[in-house]
Amino acid sequence: METILSAPLLATNEEGYLKNYTEWTEEWACAIAAEHNIDLTAKHWEVLQWLRAKQAEGVALSLRKVGNSGIVDIKQLYALFPGGPLKISSKIAGIPKPASCI
Amino acid sequence: MTDTLEVVQSKTTTKLNKKESYPVKKMLIICSKGKLEDVYAALVMANGALMEGIEAKMFFTFFGLEALTKKYADNLHTGTTGNPALMHGVPDMIKGLPGFESLASYMMRKEMDKLEIPHVTEFFQMIEAGGGEIYACRLAADMFHLKKEDFVPEVKDIITVGDMYALAEGQGTQIIFI
Repeated sequence: METILSAPLLATNEEGYLKNYTEWTEEWACAIAAEHNIDLTAKHWEVLQWLRAKQAEGVALSLRKVGNSGIVDIKQLYALFPGGPLKISSKIAGIPKPASCI
Repeated sequence: MTDTLEVVQSKTTTKLNKKESYPVKKMLIICSKGKLEDVYAALVMANGALMEGIEAKMFFTFFGLEALTKKYADNLHTGTTGNPALMHGVPDMIKGLPGFESLASYMMRKEMDKLEIPHVTEFFQMIEAGGGEIYACRLAADMFHLKKEDFVPEVKDIITVGDMYALAEGQGTQIIFI
């Protein structure tokens, strides 16, 4: 997928997380991923869609839950989103920063 | 006196005005205790560091080694006596009755399950998956007659105190002792 460097203008909080997750677009995800030097692969998209689905269900996310999602294990998640697996994936997925300690 | 104060004030202001940040890059967490709450504090901090993109190393020593053993890792106990915050107002003589410690530990683990806090062995797996490293103390292992095969597979090595300091190498490392 082609990386679009300029993020569409969407309202974010001071940490760069989308204020309204329904405004999320794939272009926005690509741009935020690029900011973190991540090229989104099919696996990345699968994780992002899973995160968004869980957000829609109102599930409080944790690293452990993503690890048990059946899509990726924890090690793969760290490899896909280096430097903060849950934080960065949530940001790209356009959902709020997870308030989880685990 | 006023002069000195002004100097101090101006120095403080310069410090505050500087907006350089020195983020934590690595955590070395030493766990010397085998109580459920102490071990969990160490595990949560190590895993939390990794989730923030901070390197994490763990060094278990003395009673902390119990948390590494295959035999007890998932059956750690909390201390019930000498801890006024546990069941406030109940005298130690009651809290020291046979079976009390097991019951309190069981109840604590049950509460943790409700919050989906992983068991100790699963936590070790999570830490390893995140690139964290877990070590046991050579001296304590010798003292308690524990060998590598007694420990969970995530234990990378049994090392000396000198090796432990080598783990903390680099700028931006913080050491925590529990």
